[in-house]
Amino acid sequence: MTADIAAILAIDGIATGAVYALVAIGTVLIFTVTRVIFIPFGDIAAFTALTLAALDAKQLPGTAGLVVVLACMACVMEVASLARARELRAVPKAVLGYLVLPLIVVGIVWLTMRFNPPMPVRIVLALLLIMPISPLLDRIVFRPIADASVLLLLTVSVALHFALVGLGLLFFGPEGVRTEPLTSMAIEIAGVHVSGQTVLILTAALVFSGLLFLFFDFTLIGKALRATALNRTGARLMGIRPARAGTVAYLLGSLMAGVSGILIAPVNTIFYDSGFLLGLKAFVGAIVGGMASYPGAALGAFGVGIIESFASFQSSTLKDVIVFSLLIPILLWRSLASQHSEEEVEE
Amino acid sequence: MTPQQIRLIIAAAIACLVAAPFVLNPFSITLLNYIGIYALAAIGLALLTGVGGIVSFGQAAFVGVAAYATAWVTALNGYSPWLGLVLAVILTCSIAAILGFVTLRLQGHFLSLSTVAWGLAIAFLFGNIDGLGQHNGISGIPPISIGPVALVESRQIYFLIWAIVAAVLLVCYNLLDSRIGRAMRALRGGNTLVESLGISAFQIKLVTFVIAAFLGALSGWLYAHLGRFVSPGPFEAGMGIEYLMMAMVGGAGSILGGVVGAAIVTLLKNSVQDYLPLIAKGASGQLEIVAFSALFILFLQRARQGIVPFLAGFLPDLKLSRPQPAAPLPRREQPPPGTLLLKVSEAQRRFGGLVAVNNVSFDVKSGEILGLIGPNGAGKTTMFNLLTGALRANSGEIAFAGRSITRDQQFHIARAGISRTFQHVKLRPRMTLLDNVLLGTYSRTSTGLLAGALRLNQAEEASARYEALQQLERVGLGDKPFELAGNLPLGNQRVLEIARALAADPTLLVLDEPAAGLRRQEKLRLAELLRSLRADHLTILLVEHDMEFVMSLVDRIVVLDFGSKLCEGEPAAIRSDARVQEAYLGGVA
Repeated sequence: MTADIAAILAIDGIATGAVYALVAIGTVLIFTVTRVIFIPFGDIAAFTALTLAALDAKQLPGTAGLVVVLACMACVMEVASLARARELRAVPKAVLGYLVLPLIVVGIVWLTMRFNPPMPVRIVLALLLIMPISPLLDRIVFRPIADASVLLLLTVSVALHFALVGLGLLFFGPEGVRTEPLTSMAIEIAGVHVSGQTVLILTAALVFSGLLFLFFDFTLIGKALRATALNRTGARLMGIRPARAGTVAYLLGSLMAGVSGILIAPVNTIFYDSGFLLGLKAFVGAIVGGMASYPGAALGAFGVGIIESFASFQSSTLKDVIVFSLLIPILLWRSLASQHSEEEVEE
Repeated sequence: MTPQQIRLIIAAAIACLVAAPFVLNPFSITLLNYIGIYALAAIGLALLTGVGGIVSFGQAAFVGVAAYATAWVTALNGYSPWLGLVLAVILTCSIAAILGFVTLRLQGHFLSLSTVAWGLAIAFLFGNIDGLGQHNGISGIPPISIGPVALVESRQIYFLIWAIVAAVLLVCYNLLDSRIGRAMRALRGGNTLVESLGISAFQIKLVTFVIAAFLGALSGWLYAHLGRFVSPGPFEAGMGIEYLMMAMVGGAGSILGGVVGAAIVTLLKNSVQDYLPLIAKGASGQLEIVAFSALFILFLQRARQGIVPFLAGFLPDLKLSRPQPAAPLPRREQPPPGTLLLKVSEAQRRFGGLVAVNNVSFDVKSGEILGLIGPNGAGKTTMFNLLTGALRANSGEIAFAGRSITRDQQFHIARAGISRTFQHVKLRPRMTLLDNVLLGTYSRTSTGLLAGALRLNQAEEASARYEALQQLERVGLGDKPFELAGNLPLGNQRVLEIARALAADPTLLVLDEPAAGLRRQEKLRLAELLRSLRADHLTILLVEHDMEFVMSLVDRIVVLDFGSKLCEGEPAAIRSDARVQEAYLGGVA
């Protein structure tokens, strides 16, 4: 391997790593706030890419149907639980939040589509359409068992991933998509060709991580989220609703996953089930950060990207085996580093 | 229900299984064959996840390793399927042993995540190794032959599959009712208790893990020779969660649940394949996995207990007979009263900048009751954890019966003769009183895995059971040995912990706040019990808050304050010591 090839591989790896980093940060965000290891996150990224591709092809994306179905389910569940608790006054607000709002989003997409909007608008539409999915899934799947052990939540999360893969096939079909590049520019850095797409991916990763940092440090909601992550009971006593903090976390996380999906779609062909590997690799990065540290997760994700890039040069068929085998030493290191309490254990 | 009635039910079930292939159509028999094969993998998972508490997403990978191993031996190299079985089992168990050795020290969800990792990595290998047919798989696998008879038809292999399932069920039930099996059942709920009983939690986890892989290997071997074809698909991550679903739906704590779960999931899948096309034409394949995952999520939300335990709740209670007198278990030689038993010298333990135990020294002599007291934050619990090996001392020396135990692991210390109880009671609430106490006899008995699974060591088991009953009677809980421990009130749960500790035949009994949360009557009874134990020459060290309880009971007291020893002496002297009064009540204003 010459230095040139190494440089190309490294740049490639950094670009892939930046995509993983966005998803990894979202995974950490959701885990700290809700204790859910949200495996379906990669699916959200893949769905965003597929949604954008459908919009490019002037079709109503399957995501619209998915959002409508999930919104109806979430709304029914929320109203039923409010009715059981005899808090009927809260029903209009619940219907607004869980049903009307997602439907408005779908409506906007449906209307805007007819005017053949330009690329940037299509990207915004795709992100808009994808964002309600995770919060709605949270309401339907995780909220009823919010106090269960991390392990049970993980099992549910894995099952949810498979449900989403099936839905993905149903709504998007088996064809892979590759969207048009966002830019065709290219630059040279020290003699190495770097595509504009790579620059764009890196910029987006930096911008979104920066925005997240500002959000956490300078807004009240951001601080509430951090408080919930540190101590749910304590946050509750301070008037923060963990459920609402969870919704905000899922919305933010979906945005990060969505952006990563849009960034990767012009580089790799995305299928309905591409999200699993994307999510898991991001997740390896998140574990490097101990599922707690955002910079750690981002660094880990870059590491995974670079390793994958070099591994695929050595043996393209075995690159995934290499990446996942790496997870075991990382887990060992994290498990030994973390203090584990036995109180979590379910009898 | 009596044991005879249960035997009748089992006989009826076997008769049904034997008669099935003569009544059912070939399609139903094929379905039953697959149920049996999946059941084997699911039983392994029921042991690992339900009994041992280790949630694994990787069972499908083990099934796959075995299926590919036997396919390689038979289809590609032309040897007998029986050689394939040998290689499949050896390869699968070796891989499991290595993976387990590396990962089983991981805690909680980290461990489960590692199963996702290696499950995926192994599944990727099947499709990418050149010699294994890559994504096309391996076809032309020969049928299993027994003597001259080749098991080609599904009706023929049916008997082999279900004979194996029945044998596995029997062996697993025996195993869970044996010494190693009880240790496996105790894993769920944390390592601390397990280790305090002289059991190496890691070793038991490894054993459970390899057994689960072994059952997966049997399943994979049968799968390869039933379908006569293997490809990577059935061993991917999706199937891993399906096995988990089978084990959990059936009732993860129950072995029979593995079979019931496999049957329900397989039949459900079959009927979903029949009916979904009616609802959504052309999209049934996609909807199948959606419907399945949704059902599984609903199940995890609403009915985690599983079907078999739920149904078992409606059955009349099993009538078990009390353990009969048997040869006593060997007893430890107790040191003569008054000799030095435990010597703590200059023990220190720091947590970051905080010195929780600061150069504390004291002795315990055999035959006495020593009280370790001190205000909140004095370092009592840390001292206690140093003695029992739950924590390591940063410096200093702890010697028990003349041997240093400073660096020993918990289960080694327990085996040396120190038995403990817990401040927050640690019992296995779903095990009976007798089984909980039987856990205590682990270090005094020696029945191994195979002997337990095949019931080869019934004499020792009878002795252990009788010993456990005697300890229950000794503490006053002998009237209902088959009650579940979780049904006892707190006071009796503490007493049950003492019975369990006594069953280990300890030299030194260490009790962590045994009177906490007890009512006055219960405290009096507890003090009475401890006095009677002293009369039997047992040495007792107790950490306690309740002054009245301590003062009336113990021979000597060691007082800790802010991590250091304040003083030691007889109760009367401690009571009048000005420093103790200041530590407890504050200085005289």
